[in-house]
Amino acid sequence: MNDQTLTPEERAANLKGMGSSRKRVEDVRFTQGKGNYVDDIKLDGMLFGDFVRSPYAHARVVSINAEEALKVPGVLAVITAKDLEPLGLHWMPTLAGDKQMVLADGKVLFQGQEVAFVVAEDRYAAADGVELVEVEYEELPVIVDPFEALQSDVVLREDLDPAADGAHGPRKHHNHIFTWEQGDKDATEAVLAEADVVVEEMVYYHRTHPCPLETCGSVASMDKVTGKLTLWGTFQAPHAVRTVASLISGIAEHNIRVISPDIGGGFGNKVGVYPGYICSIVASIVTGKPVKWVEDRMDNLMSTAFARDYWMQGKIAATKEGKITGLWCHTTADHGGFDACADPTKFPAGFMNICTGSYDIPVAYLAVDGVYTNKAPGGVAYRCSFRVTEAAYFIERMIEVLAIKLNMDAAELRRINFIKADQFPYQSALGWEYDSGDYHTAWDKALKAVDYEGLRKEQAQQLEDFKAGKTRKLMGIGLTHFTEIVGAGPVKNCDILGLGMFDSCEIRIHPTGSAIARLGTISQGQGHATTFAQIIASEIGLPADDITLEEGDTDTAPYGLGTYGSRSTPVAGAATAMAARKIRAKAQMIAAYLLEVHDDDVEFDVDRFVVKGAPERFKTMKEIAFAAYNQAIPGLEPGLEAVSYYDPPNMTYPFGAYICVVDIDVDTGETDIRSFYALDDCGTRINPMIIEGQVHGGLTEALAIAMGQEIAYDEMGNHKTATLMDFFIPTSWETPTYVTDHTTTPSPHHPIGAKGVGESPNVGGVPCFSNAVHDAFRPFGLTQSHMPHDHWRVWKTARELGLHA
Amino acid sequence: MIPGAFEYHRPASVAEAAGLLSQLGDDARVLAGGHSLIPMMKLRMADLSHLVDLQDLDEMKGIKITVSSVTIGAMVTQHELIADDALAAAVPIIREAALQIADPQVRYVGTIGGNVANGDPGNDMPGLMQCLNATYEVQGTEASRMINAREFYESAYFTAREEEEILTRIHIPRPAGGTGYAYEKQKRKIGDYATAAAAVLVGGGEASVAMTNLSDTPVWSQDAGKALASGDVEGCVAAVMGAIDPADDMRGPVEFKKHVAGMILRRAIDRALSRAS
Repeated sequence: MNDQTLTPEERAANLKGMGSSRKRVEDVRFTQGKGNYVDDIKLDGMLFGDFVRSPYAHARVVSINAEEALKVPGVLAVITAKDLEPLGLHWMPTLAGDKQMVLADGKVLFQGQEVAFVVAEDRYAAADGVELVEVEYEELPVIVDPFEALQSDVVLREDLDPAADGAHGPRKHHNHIFTWEQGDKDATEAVLAEADVVVEEMVYYHRTHPCPLETCGSVASMDKVTGKLTLWGTFQAPHAVRTVASLISGIAEHNIRVISPDIGGGFGNKVGVYPGYICSIVASIVTGKPVKWVEDRMDNLMSTAFARDYWMQGKIAATKEGKITGLWCHTTADHGGFDACADPTKFPAGFMNICTGSYDIPVAYLAVDGVYTNKAPGGVAYRCSFRVTEAAYFIERMIEVLAIKLNMDAAELRRINFIKADQFPYQSALGWEYDSGDYHTAWDKALKAVDYEGLRKEQAQQLEDFKAGKTRKLMGIGLTHFTEIVGAGPVKNCDILGLGMFDSCEIRIHPTGSAIARLGTISQGQGHATTFAQIIASEIGLPADDITLEEGDTDTAPYGLGTYGSRSTPVAGAATAMAARKIRAKAQMIAAYLLEVHDDDVEFDVDRFVVKGAPERFKTMKEIAFAAYNQAIPGLEPGLEAVSYYDPPNMTYPFGAYICVVDIDVDTGETDIRSFYALDDCGTRINPMIIEGQVHGGLTEALAIAMGQEIAYDEMGNHKTATLMDFFIPTSWETPTYVTDHTTTPSPHHPIGAKGVGESPNVGGVPCFSNAVHDAFRPFGLTQSHMPHDHWRVWKTARELGLHA
Repeated sequence: MIPGAFEYHRPASVAEAAGLLSQLGDDARVLAGGHSLIPMMKLRMADLSHLVDLQDLDEMKGIKITVSSVTIGAMVTQHELIADDALAAAVPIIREAALQIADPQVRYVGTIGGNVANGDPGNDMPGLMQCLNATYEVQGTEASRMINAREFYESAYFTAREEEEILTRIHIPRPAGGTGYAYEKQKRKIGDYATAAAAVLVGGGEASVAMTNLSDTPVWSQDAGKALASGDVEGCVAAVMGAIDPADDMRGPVEFKKHVAGMILRRAIDRALSRAS
């Protein structure tokens, strides 16, 4: 068939551009077991490293004796802090402006902390060596409670001068890290003092862990001939790792090549720098051989970055009619032994100041105190933008608590407080400019879709039956309207270790009209190779199937800050569109030359430039690509390539309306998610199928967190949830069926209007599940209980409310 | 999660396997499905030098059903128990319980023999076997002997089996026709051990009740069975509640477990009674 007979719509469909539910190109290899992960990397002569870890949460390291370990056949070296000290590598900087021990330097601060690194010819010998390293400890008092930490005489971080400021200003106590304040304290407290109604509640968001399917690991290979270090690793930000590795090792940056191969899930766990990376590099430099380090599951759960652990004391003020007049929050943040949060430098509590949520709250105040305890370091954004899940959970719980106090329906309370569509761009009381939104439309659509009134009637009947002794089950309806803040971010206020949080894309069009694009981001399952090709396809009119996408190799990809905080589409996706537009601009000039008309006399039409008013005269992008390489066009350089470094003018603000129904057995504490409806508005939708998959995945992680997943310690600092027996990962059996829906409110400042979606379902899902559990017990007087809502905690709630009598 | 070094043996007969155990002593353990032992080795909590793999021993495989009894080879997998329709007709509670153990991948490899012999209080089959009044056949170097399941468990991981003995077969008397049955288990998720589990048989003037993961051994209560046989459900529950001794863990504290045990037992009784004819 002649191409000219196709309609523009048919030609557009052939491109599989934006809006197409194009199948994921990555899945061809993943579904065949042909992915290439860090642990798949095998190099000649490669050695293996493994850690001796602390069995104590707080102890002095009196001595380390490696004599017996070194007798194990195949064990080559046992590296301790003393060996790293001459290199200045026994400590490393954290992303939060603190420093962290690479190997125990005189003491340990959490159970599972890295004490010595055993290097051996294979991982079996390394494990045998680990068993035989004798470490003498002297136990110290353990602090696992952040409130106790701030009162205790026990000094956790003896390396820090108690009188000196920390990275984020003055420290109030030797176990205090920072205070971060936002908003207007005096004005907020004045509103609270005079309000019709004020409710106060402690909202605890427990410690959990991203627990990606693939654990963290690295392979370092120092070529002593060329002086080049190649580092493969599970890095969500490979370029940042290269720069940091150069700064702390002294190896020139051009001599370091960092490669993130396929990554089996990150969820924030793979943003930071871990001792294993440093030790594998040092061991490779020392031995001249490649050195691999890969965690096992217990290592991952015990020592790499946790998430949440925020104690959020809240006060919310309102009129008698339910109009919110002010919001106050004080958060005590448990950061563990070192402050290794992965946040932009100026935001030690991330974007917690999005905690006014979807509501038009005139005045607000937020203070966050970071605290050291004897727990693992971290504080990463587990499938959310920085601390946004904490913020969403806080405000969505406070709204529910306020609804109880006012004896109002929580859906109606939300409705009368939403920011209105005509208020955007909206300046929040805590300093953000929301780009766009239409909350009322989304909310009404959601309530109608689930027949909210019908559900409330059914719930009332169920309650009556319960009180009459006809059933032992209660029904809860969970509501959430969340607003995310993603796409960090504008370089003017977002950086990590001084690196501005722009991102990048480079596109090269080949003579035959296919292309390769490289980005500064790195997919960990998000499907970048699929979706970013779709952006290019729509922008320049070449089929997505003809576009290869590469990420993760710092020798070839343009510099970027990586993938986390739903920033890839808002930032690198924008860079992709902008690079494509540069190519399209040049293509327009080439087309005009070929058609012998002025540049302004041709216009872009799906996959071609046509002469205005004469659509039969055109040049396809394929023809233009070839001409770029074989014609001498006056005033134009040969070739068809472009690169864009995109510094976003603002964040994007995806939002959504979620409603779920849960049935609760008050006698056993068992819960059953009967239904879950998720409406997401992520602006322009690039690939609806991938969006749906992202929503399903994010909701399932939210289910895990809300209903059972936690990192728990006993009072001695012993980690109680270090295996998947006790750390809850839902299977298909525990996972409900989700109904997804959407509205589309494009971002006005993003080149294609996209906002990012991968993390929304976790941000909105956790409060939705939790609110449902709370809602079931609302008639019996429950205002607040702590997650996770596992069987025994739900049972305990029922018991405390007298439902077992 | 890497075990220490060990020697691997793969005997061709039970006699050879028993001989190896006798010869190698404390340093040797038999391997059936491995789902309990191998994780313990990887955690280096089980430190052994010799692993005696039983997978070639055909004499420990297969299910035989007669008019009065069922004999199950110790190497029969949970999946095989579930898939066997004749077994499901003869002793339906076995399929009901096996379907609540772990997940399909584990059940393809995990065996009934390993499940009952390990003495892990979390395993479901020991309580079920006590409920069914099963007898374990164990083979030493010299002879074999029979041990009743209700006398087999001494404390967590300690049983009446001698070090050099191998549990080869399980003999189960067939419940009378029309016996009601139920295996009820509360767990946090697929693959988990029970927060509380109850096995109940009732009918024809008889009853048997056993509980899982509520003490350091399975809990079979003669008094509970007697009470239930006489129609005294409250007496049955009271007898069981007096016999269990759960411990705190991530599933919850003792008070919660006791309450759940009572609920699960009542549900099992209700269901078993509804099935009795």
